[in-house]
Amino acid sequence: MAAGEAQQQPEHLQRRWHYIRKLLERPGPFSHPDFEPSAEILDFILNSCKILVVGAGGLGCELLKDLALMGFKKIHIVDMDTIELSNLNRQFLFRKNDIGSSKAKCAVEFVNKRIPGCEAIAHHCPIQDLDEGFYRQFHIVVCGLDSIVARRWLNGMLMSLLQYNDDGSLDQSSVIPLIDGGTEGFKGNARVILPGMSACIECTLDLYPPQKTFPLCTIANTPRLPEHCIEYVKVIQWSKENPWGPETSLDGDDPQHVAWVLEKAQERAMKHGIAGVNYRLTQGVLKNIIPAVASTNASIAACCATEVFKVATSCCANMNNYMVLNMTEGVYSYTFNAERRTDCIACSNSTKILEVEPQATLQAILDQLRDDQQFMMKSPGITTIINGRNKTLYMSSIKSIEERTRDNLKKKMKELGLFNGAEILVADITTPNTVTIKLKFIENLQDVDMSHYIE
Amino acid sequence: MIKLFSLKQQKKDEEGSARPGGSQKKASAAQLRITKDLNELNLPKTCNTEFPDPDDLLNFKLIICPDEGFYRGGRFVFSFKVGPNYPHEPPKVKCETAVYHPNIDLEGNVCLNILREDWKPVLTVNSIVYGLQYLFLEPNPEDPLNKEAADELQSNRRLFEQHVQRAMRGGYVGSSYFERCLK
Ligand SMILES: [Zn+2]
Repeated sequence: MAAGEAQQQPEHLQRRWHYIRKLLERPGPFSHPDFEPSAEILDFILNSCKILVVGAGGLGCELLKDLALMGFKKIHIVDMDTIELSNLNRQFLFRKNDIGSSKAKCAVEFVNKRIPGCEAIAHHCPIQDLDEGFYRQFHIVVCGLDSIVARRWLNGMLMSLLQYNDDGSLDQSSVIPLIDGGTEGFKGNARVILPGMSACIECTLDLYPPQKTFPLCTIANTPRLPEHCIEYVKVIQWSKENPWGPETSLDGDDPQHVAWVLEKAQERAMKHGIAGVNYRLTQGVLKNIIPAVASTNASIAACCATEVFKVATSCCANMNNYMVLNMTEGVYSYTFNAERRTDCIACSNSTKILEVEPQATLQAILDQLRDDQQFMMKSPGITTIINGRNKTLYMSSIKSIEERTRDNLKKKMKELGLFNGAEILVADITTPNTVTIKLKFIENLQDVDMSHYIE
Repeated sequence: MIKLFSLKQQKKDEEGSARPGGSQKKASAAQLRITKDLNELNLPKTCNTEFPDPDDLLNFKLIICPDEGFYRGGRFVFSFKVGPNYPHEPPKVKCETAVYHPNIDLEGNVCLNILREDWKPVLTVNSIVYGLQYLFLEPNPEDPLNKEAADELQSNRRLFEQHVQRAMRGGYVGSSYFERCLK
């Protein structure tokens, strides 16, 4: 390279978007019907599109790298974990010196330094610490988590951001697509979720394999596997002996706890003539670890990143909508259309509106839920969340709760901590799920135009 | 499939922009589901629930007072802890009353298939209540947790019955002491 060209961008950077442009600046046979090729789309990816990556572990490292190399610059990544030695074989954005540091921060530092123009931002905290205002800023959320609880929480958050028009139809500008990847050993899946429009995490909860458990009587009396011995110590012997006192519960991350369980499990294995109880297996059973495979992570993350690109640009129709990958024997993959459940606890739960007088008592609301054509409930149980805490307002099915919440029936909205726009959760035999109902204060019920009710 | 981002409306709200009424915390899926379970709880007449804190629907006690079988006249308390992954995972259930029973050990662990290996998300708190009630009507010596009690039930039913009675009145069976739990 001649010295005079130092001012100019190096050639590899000039040609950086060459291939991406071919996808975005001309139509193709798989393009979305509404796709309009233009140079603006690349500009959207480079300068506007905001993406949240959830998890900075095996999948997260891959995702962050893939997305940043595709041109996405405004990427946030959230992970509460710190780096451990055992991560380094596959979580390639981390080095030995990083052990003990935040995964999110190290990952961001690495890609921002390595990929010109990337402006990733790290959040070292649980996803639950971030609020609606935070999640609402993103165009797309992509998730590489190993926890079902966290996935369900994120799913619920994105559902709660949905807005509905007055006619009850979904306001599509409130939809934040969720691309979800998951791996377990040599198996994995990737899926595209359009909240309120296609099957969500709760719709397909049955697809997650249940945690592996053994019958209690087997582990107590007729252990045959080394896992049975470890489970026995975990489930029965720990609470019997409480080696660190009754206040300390078993922690699979505490090496002393693992060592104690190992010792006891080995004693038990010896007694029953079972071989194979070792530290690794003990840790595996305690933490329910399934070995992570780098190539599975890479494949699933690549699928997810491609789907993010498709959603963001419309240059190609998205996968519809659930892909499974199995590499245990050869390579097998299959894509199917996971269907929405009409009784899904998360995505069928579009918030309904109940118009009430500000002076109404809880009893009046209960009567309205029973008599109003829109609800026609039989015996509604009502709870709410006030200042972040659950509060049971009334429930007649359980005697002890009925007795202690009966006084609430006489109380007015304000006395119960409810306000205009507050949400109450109502369970009743007439609905497949607990429904969320938003209270809307009105001055006089007679003046209500019935067309304002939302289906 | 929709085209989500027309380039005209691509601008997103900046972080933290508040919307009216948007600050109330959302209920978790586990919370929504347990509310439904409990609102439809249909207890047999031998069972009752106690909620130490009526605002906390995730932690409660179930009291079973069998009116027939070996355990007639006894009063047995079970604690239920419903975790954040309910109903993907079953509630954690322990027996807080010391009982001489083939399927319940002296630490209160309960061997009931739907509490572990046979749990499915379609099952409810009601299913568990009926399962536990059934354990008192038909103790199952094939799945023993208290092996001594199980062996005895199979080999000498009368002796087993006497020991159950002794335990419920309060006293020793073998080397184990049982607190009185008659109603
Ligand atoms: Zn759903």
